[in-house]
Amino acid sequence: MSNEAKRNLPDFIEGYGPVKPYRGPFATAPSGRRSGGKIALDVPHSEKLLRSIDQAIEAVGLQDGMTISFHHHFRSGDHVPGLVLAAIARKGIRNLTLAPSSLHENSDILIPLLEQGVVTAIQTSGGRGEVGRYITHGRLAKPTIFRSHGGRPRALASGELVVDVAFLGAPTCDIYGNINGVHGKSACGSLGYAMVDAAHADKVVAITDNLVQQPIFPISIPQDQVDFIVEVDSIGDPAKIATKVLRFTTDPRELLIAQRAAAVMEHSGLFQDGFSFQLGGGGASMAVARYIKEKMLAHKISGGFGLGGIGGVFAQMMEEGLFRMAFDAQSFDLAAVESLKKNPNHLEISASQYANPHTKGPLVNRLDMVFLGATEVDVDFNVNGLTDSNGMVMGASGGQSDTAAGAKLTVVCAPLLRGRLPIVRERVHTVVTPGETVDVIVTDYGVAVNPRRQDILARLKDSPLEVMAIEDLQRKALELTGVPDSVPVSDKIVGVVEYRDGTVIDVIRRPE
Amino acid sequence: MNRLRRTMMYVPGNNPGKLQSAGIYGADSIIFDLEDAVAVTEKDAARDLVASAVRDIRYPCEVAVRINHISTPFGHDDLRCILEAKPDMIRLPKAEYPEEIKVIADLIGRAEAKYGYPAGSIKMMASIESAQGLVNACAIAKADPRMAAIALGGEDFIADLNTTRSADGAELAYARSQIVVAARVAKIHAIDSVSTILNDDEAFLREARMIKQLGFDGKSCVHPRQVELMHKVYTPTAKEVAQARRILDGIKLALERKSGVIAVDGKMVDGPIITRAERIIAYAAVVGMNKEDADE
Repeated sequence: MSNEAKRNLPDFIEGYGPVKPYRGPFATAPSGRRSGGKIALDVPHSEKLLRSIDQAIEAVGLQDGMTISFHHHFRSGDHVPGLVLAAIARKGIRNLTLAPSSLHENSDILIPLLEQGVVTAIQTSGGRGEVGRYITHGRLAKPTIFRSHGGRPRALASGELVVDVAFLGAPTCDIYGNINGVHGKSACGSLGYAMVDAAHADKVVAITDNLVQQPIFPISIPQDQVDFIVEVDSIGDPAKIATKVLRFTTDPRELLIAQRAAAVMEHSGLFQDGFSFQLGGGGASMAVARYIKEKMLAHKISGGFGLGGIGGVFAQMMEEGLFRMAFDAQSFDLAAVESLKKNPNHLEISASQYANPHTKGPLVNRLDMVFLGATEVDVDFNVNGLTDSNGMVMGASGGQSDTAAGAKLTVVCAPLLRGRLPIVRERVHTVVTPGETVDVIVTDYGVAVNPRRQDILARLKDSPLEVMAIEDLQRKALELTGVPDSVPVSDKIVGVVEYRDGTVIDVIRRPE
Repeated sequence: MNRLRRTMMYVPGNNPGKLQSAGIYGADSIIFDLEDAVAVTEKDAARDLVASAVRDIRYPCEVAVRINHISTPFGHDDLRCILEAKPDMIRLPKAEYPEEIKVIADLIGRAEAKYGYPAGSIKMMASIESAQGLVNACAIAKADPRMAAIALGGEDFIADLNTTRSADGAELAYARSQIVVAARVAKIHAIDSVSTILNDDEAFLREARMIKQLGFDGKSCVHPRQVELMHKVYTPTAKEVAQARRILDGIKLALERKSGVIAVDGKMVDGPIITRAERIIAYAAVVGMNKEDADE
C-alpha cells in the first residue's frame, strides 16, 4: 500500500504491528480516552528515598520485557542511563524496550547492553553514532519506532507507548519527590520532555545529585507523580549538559543561508508586531536569530513568543524587549537555564503542551514561522532529518514535523551540497516531515517555494531574493555532483517512522 | 559600464570545498589563488584543482586566477594548465614592468588560438606590490589591450616601503591615488588592496568609503562578509539615483528647448556633473536598482 507521502508500506510490520498509513497532516481524528500511569497509594510518612538504584529497580518490580524511559535534557553529559542500565544488567533482567525522549552522541555506551540482550527494542526520536548504526544494520529484535517530540507524548497519552518505569534524572529533587531542572550542579533548565514521562509512566524513579528538603520552588514535576528517589554522586557532566551560551556559527555558508531565511521572513507578510517563531537545531537555522534581530530593530517590530528549544540568544532578545515570552520545552545552554530561573516571562512547558497534536491546544499551532534544518529535502518538499544520504540513522525526528504542521510558514535551511552529496534530491531517503507542510527551502544557491504556497511565492518574487523552482535547485546540485547512485536497500524493515498522529509516514529498510 | 568589479574575492586554490562554493557569495569576481595561499609543496595539486573548477563549474560571476609570477618556477606551468580551462582573467601578482604583461598576453593569445577560444576573450589584470611597480603603474596598465584592471597589493607594497600598516592607511595614500590615476589613463578598473579587517564592520566600511572616494572601482576581498559590506558602500542611494535622474531629465529638456544654461535643484549643471549623473544611473542599472533604466 502507498501512503499520502507516496511511500510504499506493508500492511503489517513484524515486531510493530498493523500499519496505519499517513493520510495527511490532520486527516487522522483520534478517539478514546487519555491513558495514564497506574493509580497508587502513599501511606502517610512512608519513605520514598531509597539507598540505591538497585533497590529502586526491585521496588518498582522491573521485569523482563518491560519498557523503561529516560529524558534527554542532559544531552551528551548524561550519566543516568549508564547508571541505571548497568544496574539492570547486573540483575540479569533482559528484553527491555528502551523508550527515551531522544538519544544523544553519548549513547554509544548502550552498545554492550544491546549486544547482551538487556535492551532488545528502542522507541525514540532519533539515533546517532554507534546506536544509529546498530539500528540501521537491523541488529535489534524489533524495528525501532521513531516519533516526533509531539508524537511521543501523544503515544503516551493514547496508550500506544506504555512506559512501565521512567528513570528521570533530576537536577534538584526534594525528599518527597518534587523536581526542578533550574537548580543544582547538573541544572539543565526545562524538564519539558521528562514531564510527560512522569505524567504517564506506571512507576517513576527520580535520580538526583541534589537532594534537598521539602518543598522546592519552582516545581516542574510534582511529588504526586514520583514513586521513589535515589541519590547518587553525579547524574551528569555539567560541562556537557549545557554549554555557556550556544554561539552563532561563523561558517560563511551557514550565515548566508541564515541571512536568506531571515529575508524570507521579512518578505513573507508574517513579519508583524506580535509574531512568533521557533528555531530548529543546526548551524544555519540557529543563526537566523541574529538576522531576525537586525530586522526587528530596523523595522521597529517586536515579537510575541519564541517556542521549543530556547537558547541564550533568544533569552537575550526577550531581555531586550524584542519578544514578550518564551515557551521552553528544552533549554539549549546555561544562559537559557539562568533566564528560565529568573525571568517570569520565560515559561517551562511540557512536550505535550509544546507539540502533542491530540490535545486541545499544542503551542506549535500558534506559530507564525519555524526555521528548520534538514539532512535532505526533495523536489516534493519532503524533509529528512533522521537518516543520511546513505540510509544510516544519524539524526532525529525531533520537533520538525510538529512545527512544520503547526506553523503558518515553515522554512527549511540546508546547504545545496554536503561534501560531494547533493542535499536537494529527487526523493529523500526517509520522509520525516511531509512536503505539504513545508513552504520554503533556503539554500546557499537559491530559494525555492512550495507551489502550494502561491501567496508566499508572489511575495518573495517581489523581494530581492533569488527564487527558483525546486527542480532548478536540484539541477544545480546534480550539475556539480553528478547523479548519485540510489542506496540499495533490503526488504528488512529496521525502523518505522511515525508521523506525529501515529500513522506511518515511512519505514527505514536495512541498506544492502 | 557592463561589468562591475566592486569585489574580487580571493579563494584559496587548494581547498576543494571553497572552490566549489566560491560563486554563492555574490562577489563580482572570484580570484582562485595559486600564489600566496598555496604552499610550494601544494602548487601542482592546486593548479589541477583550480583548472578543473574553472572548466567544470558554472560560476555566476567573473572567474580570475592569480598565477605565480612568471619569474618563479611555477608561473609558466600555471599558465599552461589554467589557460586551457579558459578562465575569464589572469591576475599577475608583483607586476613591475610592462614587458611582463606583454609576455603573458602573448601566451594567452597563443592559448586562445590553440584551444579555439575567441581572440581577446581572456582578460588580464596586474597588481602593483612594489615601489618599482608603482613607478611603472601607468605603463603596466596600458601595456596590452587585455588589461582590464590594475590593483594594489598593499602588504607587499608596505614592506617594500620599509614601513608598517596603520589604522588610517596613510602609508598607502600615495600608491592608492597613483593606481587610480594609472587606471584612468588606461581606461581600466582600479582595484584596492585587500583589507585585513575581518571582525570590525565599521572599520571596514570606513576604509571602503575612503577608497571609493579616492576613485577605486572595487577591492580585493578575502571574506564573504567583506563582499556584502563593499556592495553596500558601492550601491548608489535612492536619493543619489533620483537626483541623477533629475539632472539627466533637465539636460533632455534643455536640449529640446535649445536652452544654453541648465539648472537643476537650483544649481548649475555642467559637464562633470552630467558625467557623474550618467555614471550613477548606469551603475544603478547594473546593480538592478532601476529595472526600467536597464531596459532603456
